[in-house]
Amino acid sequence: MADFKQAPADAPLGVKLMTWVDNRFPATKMYKEHMSEYYAPKNFNTWYFFGSLAMLVLVIQIVTGIFLVMHYKPDANLAFASVEYIMRDVPGGWIIRYMHSTGASAFFVVVYLHMFRGLIYGSYRKPRELVWLFGCAIFLCLMAEAFMGYLLPWGQMSYWGAQVIVNLFAAVPFVGPDLALLIRGDYVVGDATLNRFLSFHVIAVPLVLLGLVVAHIIALHEVGSNNPDGVEIKAKKDPKTGLPLDGIPFHPYYTVHDLFGVGVFLMIFCAIVFFGPELGGYFLEYNNFIPADPLKTPPHIAPVWYFTPFYSMLRATTDPMVTVLCVVVGIAAVIAVLAMKGSAKVVVPVAAVIAIALLKYFDAKFWGVVVMGGAVIILFFLPWLDNSPVKSIRYRPGWHKWLYAIFVLFFFVLGYLGIQPPSEIGTLIAQVGTLFYFGFFLLMPWWSTIGMFKPVPDRVNFAAH
Amino acid sequence: MKRLIACLMAALAFAGSALANEGGPAWDKFPKERVTDVAALQNGAKIFVNYCLNCHAASYNRYNRLHDIGLTDDQIKKNLLFAGEKVGDLMTVSLDPKQAKEWFGAVPPDLSVVARSRAGANGSGADYLYTYMRTFYRDETRPTGWNNLVFPSVGMPHVLWQLQGEQRPIFVEEKDPHDEKKTVHLFKGFEQTKPGTMSKADYDIAVADLVAYLQWMGEPAQTQRVRLGVWVLLFLAVFTVIAWRLNAAYWKDIK
Repeated sequence: MADFKQAPADAPLGVKLMTWVDNRFPATKMYKEHMSEYYAPKNFNTWYFFGSLAMLVLVIQIVTGIFLVMHYKPDANLAFASVEYIMRDVPGGWIIRYMHSTGASAFFVVVYLHMFRGLIYGSYRKPRELVWLFGCAIFLCLMAEAFMGYLLPWGQMSYWGAQVIVNLFAAVPFVGPDLALLIRGDYVVGDATLNRFLSFHVIAVPLVLLGLVVAHIIALHEVGSNNPDGVEIKAKKDPKTGLPLDGIPFHPYYTVHDLFGVGVFLMIFCAIVFFGPELGGYFLEYNNFIPADPLKTPPHIAPVWYFTPFYSMLRATTDPMVTVLCVVVGIAAVIAVLAMKGSAKVVVPVAAVIAIALLKYFDAKFWGVVVMGGAVIILFFLPWLDNSPVKSIRYRPGWHKWLYAIFVLFFFVLGYLGIQPPSEIGTLIAQVGTLFYFGFFLLMPWWSTIGMFKPVPDRVNFAAH
Repeated sequence: MKRLIACLMAALAFAGSALANEGGPAWDKFPKERVTDVAALQNGAKIFVNYCLNCHAASYNRYNRLHDIGLTDDQIKKNLLFAGEKVGDLMTVSLDPKQAKEWFGAVPPDLSVVARSRAGANGSGADYLYTYMRTFYRDETRPTGWNNLVFPSVGMPHVLWQLQGEQRPIFVEEKDPHDEKKTVHLFKGFEQTKPGTMSKADYDIAVADLVAYLQWMGEPAQTQRVRLGVWVLLFLAVFTVIAWRLNAAYWKDIK
């Protein structure tokens, strides 16, 4: 136990109060560790706004969500009407609802940008692997949260989107149909599904999400933030103070910095909330203003934009695509055998034959689900896939930048195709995109080591403002 | 940063095609300014209550919400309530859904948010409704004797026929520009076969008023939303400028 401190008798009341608290709870200690004496690199750029903005959106979602649940009715017969009740009869209801619906999309915008920042500056590299893993888990939770929340307005897209996605679980071999039944609580999406999705959406997932956010930040503050140069600021410390030379206290420098970011973000956010909450059918889909009708399947079912890159990969996994995957596995095995020595020469071909047999044995729908899930899960492995000698893209070979650019381009193209009804050419492009997406990650241990890397400086690059 | 801008540009390029490939005839442009015209909205409310609110409900909307378009309780009671409803009631109908299904082949949908649900690649929901209400035509092959250009084989008869009169579409067969062997069925305008009580121009205005009302009813808060939004953005602009200068004041110490 720490020593019991005593404030001087003539100290101001505030000091006495904090001394009393600090003797019982590490308030000042935590404030110092996470705010006033958390040293962050001074060279953060625009990309570094999105972490704190994600926290802001999380708060917006929780607070607006609390008020929505006060008026929302989780009942298949009442849900749609209760949302319109919120929009019309609840004072300020429309603003709360639009903040929540816009917040859902905004969350994915800032989280995608936040993840991309991590990707290009190598923020997932040693010693920040756990920061990245917690982050990936947050992304996974966020997807579950968004998917289940989307059912609640009980519109046509809510209903049929949930129907399609839950049916995907039925593609899992052996246990699939039972699993889908367990998720739905019924043979079709219905009242039981609505109620359990509400329960998950307002309690279970947010609880996990908050825990993970805390873990994400504790892990980050333990190892310290990365920066656009990928330089470890803790390596160069002031000999007198023992503080990183390129570090500045998070508070006030980054709190005031983020405050500016918050202002800009809120201007965009509020412009959407007040002037175009549907955002051309991307944030609120037109079909979702028609109450769910289990007897009327919409001609074209598309998930909300933030899921479409992954949905596109699901749709791209057709029978010919599975054949292509078999060929890819075969070629990979041949290359592996040629490159490896010893017992691997036997293990690899056997594994490849088993993999090809499985690919052909189960139908393409199942592999589509695996591809879609795999596209998210593969992110978890990123810290161990990247072998490049430098962290930041700034010191990587020029062609690496092109590779990242193509990766982003394909991600957008996949997202676009996922919104469109399926077409022959669209499927073909999505298949190329899917192969590129997985190739980018799975071949990263190889390509990330190739090329001329630029020397990484000792200190960060910083031009005074 | 450059890449961020490029990404945003790309995202914007995709916008507007959320519901592409809808096809069908083009939709006429609904005169948007009507939604903020109180007289038009009141006229639209009158048409709505008299012609639509017998089969279609607007059961998420309350009569007294019409305060927003300048009607008082007394005016609502005198002009819009016919069956002993109270001004605070929802705009429901007593049509039996079972019978409705027998008569029209489908239960007439609730119209509270119809203007929002009907938007698509061809235009806004209001554009659709404005076109829909003006393109009914005589078709003896249909059970009701009516068909519609933007909603083929529609179950609803032309409720405003007395106002518009009757019209006949002129279709011509033309060679498909993409495929020489095929012909396409092209719509070349309407021909009035029986006059209505309104001229074409007056009828267009009446429909525009009705659609303005439907558009307003889809989101009664919409004008308030935009009005409030301007102030919120002005506040945020000031906030952001202050935050920017505050940031600069702190960061000038960082070398």
